[in-house]
Amino acid sequence: MKFTLSWLRDHLETDADLARIEEGLTAIGLEVEGIDDPARHLGGFVVGHVLDAEKHPNADKLKLCTVDSGAGIIQVVCGAPNARAGLKVILALPGTLIPHNGEVLKKGNVRGIESQGMMCSWRELRLSDDHDGIAELAADVPVGARLTEVLSFDPMIEISVTPNRADCLGVRGVARDLAAFGLGTLRPLKVEPVPGSFKSPIGVRLDLSAETLDACPLFAGRHIRGVRNGDSPQWLKDRLTAIGLRPISALVDITNFFTYDLCRPLHVFDAAKVTGDIRARLATEGETLAALNGKIYTLEAGMTVIADDSGPEALAGIIGGEHSGCTEATTEVFLEAAYFDPIRTAATGRRLEVLSDARFRFERGVDPAFVVPAMELATRMIIELCGGEASEPVIAGTEPDWQKSIVLRPERVAELGGVEVPAARQEAILNDLGCAVAEHDDGLLINPPSWRGDITAEHDLVEEVIRINGYDAIPQVPLPRSPMPKPVLTPGQRRAGWVRRQLAARGLVETVTWSFLPEAQALLFGGGAADMHLANPISSDLDVMRPSVLPNMITAAGRNADRGSRDLGLFEIGPQFDGPEPGQQRQVAGGIRAGRARGRHWAEAARAVDAFDAKADALAAIAAAGGNPDSFQVVAEAPAWYHPGRSGSLRLGNKPVAFFGEIHPGILGRLDVKGPVVGFELFLEALPQPKAKATKARPLLKASPLQPLERDFAFILDTAVAADAVVRAAKGADKALIADVTAFDLYEGANMAAGKKSLAITVTLQPVEKTLTDEEIEAVAGRIVQAVVKATGGELRG
Amino acid sequence: MQDLDRLRAEALAAVAAAGTLDQLEAARVAALGKKGTVSGLMKSLGGMGPDERKTAGARLNAARDDIAAALDSAKTALEAKALDERLGRERIDVTLPVRPESQGRIHPISQTIEEITAIFAQMGFVVAEGPDIEDDFHNFTALNIPPEHPARQMHDTFYFGERPAKSGDGAESTGGRHLLRTHTSPVQIRTMLRDKPPIRVIVPGRTYRCDSDMTHTPMFHQVEGLVIDETTHMGHLKGCLIEFVRAYFEVDDVPVRFRPSFFPFTEPSAEVDIGCSREGGELKIGPGAGWLEILGCGMVHPNVLRNCGIDPNRYQGFAFGMGVERVAMLKYGIPDLRTFFDSDLRWLKHYGFLPLDVPTLSGGLTR
Repeated sequence: MKFTLSWLRDHLETDADLARIEEGLTAIGLEVEGIDDPARHLGGFVVGHVLDAEKHPNADKLKLCTVDSGAGIIQVVCGAPNARAGLKVILALPGTLIPHNGEVLKKGNVRGIESQGMMCSWRELRLSDDHDGIAELAADVPVGARLTEVLSFDPMIEISVTPNRADCLGVRGVARDLAAFGLGTLRPLKVEPVPGSFKSPIGVRLDLSAETLDACPLFAGRHIRGVRNGDSPQWLKDRLTAIGLRPISALVDITNFFTYDLCRPLHVFDAAKVTGDIRARLATEGETLAALNGKIYTLEAGMTVIADDSGPEALAGIIGGEHSGCTEATTEVFLEAAYFDPIRTAATGRRLEVLSDARFRFERGVDPAFVVPAMELATRMIIELCGGEASEPVIAGTEPDWQKSIVLRPERVAELGGVEVPAARQEAILNDLGCAVAEHDDGLLINPPSWRGDITAEHDLVEEVIRINGYDAIPQVPLPRSPMPKPVLTPGQRRAGWVRRQLAARGLVETVTWSFLPEAQALLFGGGAADMHLANPISSDLDVMRPSVLPNMITAAGRNADRGSRDLGLFEIGPQFDGPEPGQQRQVAGGIRAGRARGRHWAEAARAVDAFDAKADALAAIAAAGGNPDSFQVVAEAPAWYHPGRSGSLRLGNKPVAFFGEIHPGILGRLDVKGPVVGFELFLEALPQPKAKATKARPLLKASPLQPLERDFAFILDTAVAADAVVRAAKGADKALIADVTAFDLYEGANMAAGKKSLAITVTLQPVEKTLTDEEIEAVAGRIVQAVVKATGGELRG
Repeated sequence: MQDLDRLRAEALAAVAAAGTLDQLEAARVAALGKKGTVSGLMKSLGGMGPDERKTAGARLNAARDDIAAALDSAKTALEAKALDERLGRERIDVTLPVRPESQGRIHPISQTIEEITAIFAQMGFVVAEGPDIEDDFHNFTALNIPPEHPARQMHDTFYFGERPAKSGDGAESTGGRHLLRTHTSPVQIRTMLRDKPPIRVIVPGRTYRCDSDMTHTPMFHQVEGLVIDETTHMGHLKGCLIEFVRAYFEVDDVPVRFRPSFFPFTEPSAEVDIGCSREGGELKIGPGAGWLEILGCGMVHPNVLRNCGIDPNRYQGFAFGMGVERVAMLKYGIPDLRTFFDSDLRWLKHYGFLPLDVPTLSGGLTR
């Protein structure tokens, strides 16, 4: 919403300056978005007096002027034809910023003569487009005075109006709020009916049923004949230009002016082009309207139109029709002032995608009691500016019921608003806002004004009181709190936090990627079902909810590789979407590593990332989340986006909790990312919840005083035998003595028979009661070999 | 025994002369070995009378101890010398690089949410979460935004397709189109439908709007807050948020301004600005000529309470919401919103946080 300071002063009698008004607007919730004050850039300009103007000795078209700047006499070279002795001019001295070109004026030398200043045109000050010579000031302005002291400027103010405040989409509403705030007095608005001198040849009717009467409950009109639709007067053009509207013709400008001045959109029809009565009715399916914006709209049944015998002439409350629009040739007009239903107006506007100042106001709700008064005011203005005579008014329907009575208990202002406002002050504020206030057993009985449809209940009145009283006046009170706050995270949230810090500590960089991705990628990762598509994606690249956290990270690795970072590790903790219903999502900690795990180094060989890097990340994440990695079963099965032979899952019972492995090279190819890339996905909610314990005490440490010892064994096995099977068998050989079993060497190759491999394990024995004798050690070793051979069909390597 | 002094002197001389550990060992064997000179004298003690043996024994023991002590110290000296010689040959180029360890980072969004959580935890707010895919009831209707409400135009909503009507849909599930939540406020509704007052929660999470330009991304993050009890009023709202803003930005004197505003789910409503200065083109949070909008808030609308089965005549409270990226950008001087979601390693390493920089109030939020 835009207006100028002087426009505001048409409604508000105030001595507040621009700064106070700016402050006040923001304080009452009419946030100032910008102020365009020409005077802000003109502080450096002064009034000069041309004492003498002679021809420049070296140039025919230039003049050499002697100018009194008030502070001294200077010489100025000037090319303007109107530069002449005796003129009062706008003078810029060196150092002044010239608004038109944004440059700071310097002393110049023009054709061998120094010019010590510049006499400016209106355009150079950006005050108008006028560049026909230098600006001429009134003869009586004092020499040397600041320009801002002798000229008055009209600053443009732009405010943002929240959707509940339709009344402030007119300058008068803004003025009323400021007056209530104490920044002046609202000037009275005099509505004097214009007597009609003839009966309107055009009637109005509401062709609506009882059920649809809400579409347009009141329609008022008037025929005005003998008008001359020329240019608007300068003041009106200035108003409209200042807020960025193009003056068109007096009749159109008047309707635009009412829209912004009183938040009262009107329409004028060229009466000569109207056939029969004007009526409000619902459109029938497929009717069309050629609108004033040059577009043709196909209407749907139920949209409200203003029509005559020949069809729709306007889309009610939204836009007028081309056919009956006013032109310079118009001599007879039919003025429309009506009330249109906000919801229907919004629905139609949205459906047909028409944005207009009228729609913007009707859909927020214009003043239902201001229909007929607005018609009178507009009639008067048309006659004043365009001449002519008015018919008697024609009115169909009645004012919609807007009356409300609300009880305000004054103590609620402190209870809800947190600030004590005396009842008398509450009453005064509500009065100033246009409410009728009466006594009531419980406090005050308030009748909000017709233009405040947003005030419907007591809390609305509390808001009005504290808003006008000022939010600054509300004392800040600390929120009462317990002396020692309790933990606030759920176990799941804490786990996500631990996993996040653990993965970052392992060298992975956390990223946050879109929850959506292109359909083609979703399909590669088991997603892309029809019901996971957005109906209105921002682009076809982001049209499906992600079925996995991996693809976005993999493509990110590709982008980073293009920027020269080929070796990297990323992780993300976020949702994966399994279905279209709320809650069908899982929190996943996923990560990828790409390129080399170890780059070239003088002491160690370089190494590409492999599935065990991803497995290590997954296990570390599980451990960080409080899980016991040893309790998981490792199974060589993973979803199709992993390499079929180099991937696996970590399971609890039969339930996969994590996947890890090399990303399928075919998928990398489809994503246009160079491998190798490895990754993992850990489903955080699938980890068992930690049991609530009665005590935080840990089990007693049993540290044996006896030295542990290690024995190595190598087995020849079928290549299909899993290392895990060997380790489990060995562990089971003596649960009391064997503390740990680790596979430490694997050999498959030339010295082995086909289909065989050698796997070496180291077994840690922890004596519990006494040092082991050689015989006891041999006995355990024998049991270990036996157990492994039995479980795997392998043999001890000789 | 007259030989003792000579033998002792010879043995000590041999120890002193030994230049290697082998020579030293030879000297030991010669004097104290089984067949050594001093050992030989020891054996002669057996043939002496008691008095003589006592005197001679004492002298002999003293001589043996002297020699043993000399052997020990000579051995220590020779070992030290040998070690010095070995270490003198061992050299590395200490300027060579260490084995590389990659350094991970925490994303600014996660870090900022943890900072915000730490502050509100101190004020007794617990953290709640909710689904990204929402239904119309939780995202709009229950929040006092009916279908034709102009406020819906403030939300550019991502919708899914029409859903097939399913039997057993409750009153809340209308069978209409689902959407991506446009704010974290639906979690207010879920919390109030589940819990009885008093309620104090904050809700961090992903939110979505169908908007993409310099200052908008289709996905972003919010933190929502909700307090419901019998007595909380606007003064508490101001107190709570001013405390938060000062703790979060770690600027004690940052001016905070509350401006009346409008949200369908709160009444009265306010927007909160913080003071800033822009001297020399650099934005600084604190006292200054400018204001920056950082959050929206207000007293929970009675209709919202009613929609959640909470009696508005008895309970009241406030709600607030802020953009995580926005407050992170302001605090950490991150210029462009869109870069948060680019996964550009250079950006992540530059603006990201070290894994051990856990924000706490006891240690300070930010290093």
